[in-house]
Amino acid sequence: MQNTEKPVVSGENTKGETYYSPMVDIYETPQAVTVVADIPGVTRDGLDISLEDDILTIHGKMTCEIPEGRVLLQEYEAGHFMRRFTIAETIDQSSISANLDKGVLKIVLPKSAPAKPRKIEVQMT
Amino acid sequence: MPFIRFTERPVLRNPWAEFERIRKGLDELSRGYGDRSNWYNQTNVYPALNIYEQGDRLLVTAELPGIAATDLNISLESDTLSIQGKRDNMQTEEHVSYHRREIEAGSFSRSLALPVKINPDNVTASLQNGILTITLMKATEGKPRKIDIVAE
Repeated sequence: MQNTEKPVVSGENTKGETYYSPMVDIYETPQAVTVVADIPGVTRDGLDISLEDDILTIHGKMTCEIPEGRVLLQEYEAGHFMRRFTIAETIDQSSISANLDKGVLKIVLPKSAPAKPRKIEVQMT
Repeated sequence: MPFIRFTERPVLRNPWAEFERIRKGLDELSRGYGDRSNWYNQTNVYPALNIYEQGDRLLVTAELPGIAATDLNISLESDTLSIQGKRDNMQTEEHVSYHRREIEAGSFSRSLALPVKINPDNVTASLQNGILTITLMKATEGKPRKIDIVAE
């Protein structure tokens, strides 16, 4: 997996909503590449993960409502989460799985089985 | 005698009003534009908190992804609220090699002085989708009280 982030090429959003780039961990094991992203406040319904042209897009829609009342202290703001990664061809794109727990998204990208080594016999004529 | 602060005097009678306005504007600028990444860089405080006042209660919220409720310890001592906890994201799998490591792990502790007196017997906390919400009821002396006007 190449971890090059593509800049968001699509046009600017018409709504004035804030987008944050979530913090991610990406690690690789012999079997799979795993992406872990912090997306607090995003429910399963608000999560949109898509794979298009080898680009994996994580989009967490802001669903938690901002509490009513007078703001006494504001150190963080709610917003959408969005991040994109380019997926290498060695990933088995059909069996990607994702799991959301306690505001942490975990996407497992299994590697496709390596091509079996083949011995080529040279035929004598 | 009415009590009027120097800066609240009518503009006509306050020759410094314009300077005061400029100073306030500069204060706004130095506070930044609510850029979160900027805030994170400026401070080393974790977690970031939002506090809302809703009539007779206070609502404290924090983004705490990946932290189990059992790893979180919230305590109230007079009017100081403390949030302690730890986040552990060590991988148990073998042969792990990291490409990126942006999520921080470890323990944290934050205490803050609450602006009003709190009823310590009536505090609830919930953790949902990585968002912690603490609801604190104000003590009776801190609750807003309506004062009746007696017509004579």
